[in-house]
Amino acid sequence: MTSAISFSGVSRHFGDVRAVDGVDLEIAPGEFFALLGPSGSGKTTCLRLIAGFEQPTHGSISIFGAEATRTPPYRRPVNTVFQDYALFPHLNVRDNVAYGLMVRGDAKSARRAAADDALALVALDGFGDRKPAALSGGQRQRVALARALVMQPKVLLLDEPLGALDLKLREQMQGELKLLQRQLGIAFVFVTHDQGEALSMADRVAVFNDGRIQQVGSPEDVYDRPETPFVADFVGASNVLPAQLVHRLTGKDAPASLRPEAIQIGDGPLSGKVSTQAFLGSATRIEIESEGITLKVLLPKGRSVPEIGETVSLGWGADALHIMDGRNG
Amino acid sequence: MHSKAPLGLKVAAIGGLLFLHLPILLIFVYAFTTEEKSYQWPPPGLTLKWFEVTWNRPDVWQALGLSLRVASVSTVIAMVLGTLCAAAVARSKFFGRETISLLVILPIALPGIITGISLRSAFNIADMPFSTWTIILGHATFCIVVVYNNAVARFRRTSASLIEASMDLGATYWQTLRFVIMPNIATALLAGGMLAFALSFDEVIVTTFTAGQQQTLPIWMLEELVRPRQRPVTNVVAMVVVLVTFLPILGAYYLTRGTETVAGQGK
Repeated sequence: MTSAISFSGVSRHFGDVRAVDGVDLEIAPGEFFALLGPSGSGKTTCLRLIAGFEQPTHGSISIFGAEATRTPPYRRPVNTVFQDYALFPHLNVRDNVAYGLMVRGDAKSARRAAADDALALVALDGFGDRKPAALSGGQRQRVALARALVMQPKVLLLDEPLGALDLKLREQMQGELKLLQRQLGIAFVFVTHDQGEALSMADRVAVFNDGRIQQVGSPEDVYDRPETPFVADFVGASNVLPAQLVHRLTGKDAPASLRPEAIQIGDGPLSGKVSTQAFLGSATRIEIESEGITLKVLLPKGRSVPEIGETVSLGWGADALHIMDGRNG
Repeated sequence: MHSKAPLGLKVAAIGGLLFLHLPILLIFVYAFTTEEKSYQWPPPGLTLKWFEVTWNRPDVWQALGLSLRVASVSTVIAMVLGTLCAAAVARSKFFGRETISLLVILPIALPGIITGISLRSAFNIADMPFSTWTIILGHATFCIVVVYNNAVARFRRTSASLIEASMDLGATYWQTLRFVIMPNIATALLAGGMLAFALSFDEVIVTTFTAGQQQTLPIWMLEELVRPRQRPVTNVVAMVVVLVTFLPILGAYYLTRGTETVAGQGK
């Protein structure tokens, strides 16, 4: 099957800064794909490379098998929902949504009908005559979504789509986006720095750091089986044990990740002193200084919590320690 | 909260306004006086004959025509160059951008007399005879600044992603210019253009250095004041100038009301 988006050795350098550095990536048609990473990790530049706002310094990009490395944005079968929504302030909501149809030369009645359908799809029926300035943040986002979807793109790009919304609205939109993607059956590629959002929404996640992809996989893969210490720390807030310590514990010479909730206080190969304690509601998080590193431990409600300053022994189940012998490890 | 201003402040404010605007009213009154050699207060009588006299004076029409021509052409030049320059400075990053931004604004900060002298020397060196075009070039130097200032403020307020969104939705560069950029900067351009026109129309200093034998309207008025003949004609023309320059400025004010546009301060 042809990939929807295919990156082969793509780099984008700005002067000395390697925003994107040798990225290979395949995104399948109909896939909900997340580009996850901290700010400055190259995820947004990757999205802009797909949209055509940036051109790669090296490498090539193809969209549905067609070479698209130098194709201008207006000839790509992809549309973008911008982080700041980028609604045209001088047009009303309907004309915003119909903009792409207007420049394409569709008849006025056809584009009016299509725009109203698209607005209905995002539950904004009857908002067509308003100006963007008269809408709330969540409504503007829906208009931006309708404006992109009315073009019937083969791939929809979303740049931090939920970043500007409050928590409750964000959770609601997560569900709606996911449902919309299933309905339309097209690929959604979205950029986020929120690992919870990436894990809960995406079919597959690409984790970025310093312009490179650290790992591509299902949410379970990157959460449970991180390939690099960066992924373990950024995605799972996991403990990363250095290679020497892992060598002493297991005989293998690679760093390992150890989930905070997998650690039990009691009997085990490590011991250390409790340094902090934070009550989170459903659990308590404590930090233990041991072997020169700080280990995060999550204790579910009901488990006894050691005092700060107390020395405790730490243990874990046989398969809890995940050895990371991946490429960047 | 509306609180009553103290009486002293009110008196001071009214006094200030009278000080600013009464002299203009005086000019208007003298346009109707029956006494033509010296400005005598109060006017011995009122007449409308100076309007007819002015209407029949060819030198007035010549000066007015030249001023309108110069103002129109320099405004058009300023709108094209000023907008392009603003787009470059606001939209892209290049080496020396801040310097260019400063250099564009400099002509309006510089005293007009410096601009005038330097242009005159430059025209001499380039062996350019003085003509309508040398006046236009002189005026364009400060007209560009006004348009540039208005346009750059609007460009900065317009989100860069609007242009990307337009292209993303299938619009070419020209379509984006027509459907997104122009509607978003149109009022700023119009306001800048009107101010530029008004500035050019009553400019004296730069014009004296770049005009040669031709007389624009303000220059004509200066010459006229020293000649003790048909003096109220000057006042009639002054009324026209006030109206011609006041209307565009009023228009520019309404167009950019509530925006952070930097209008043409200082000149």
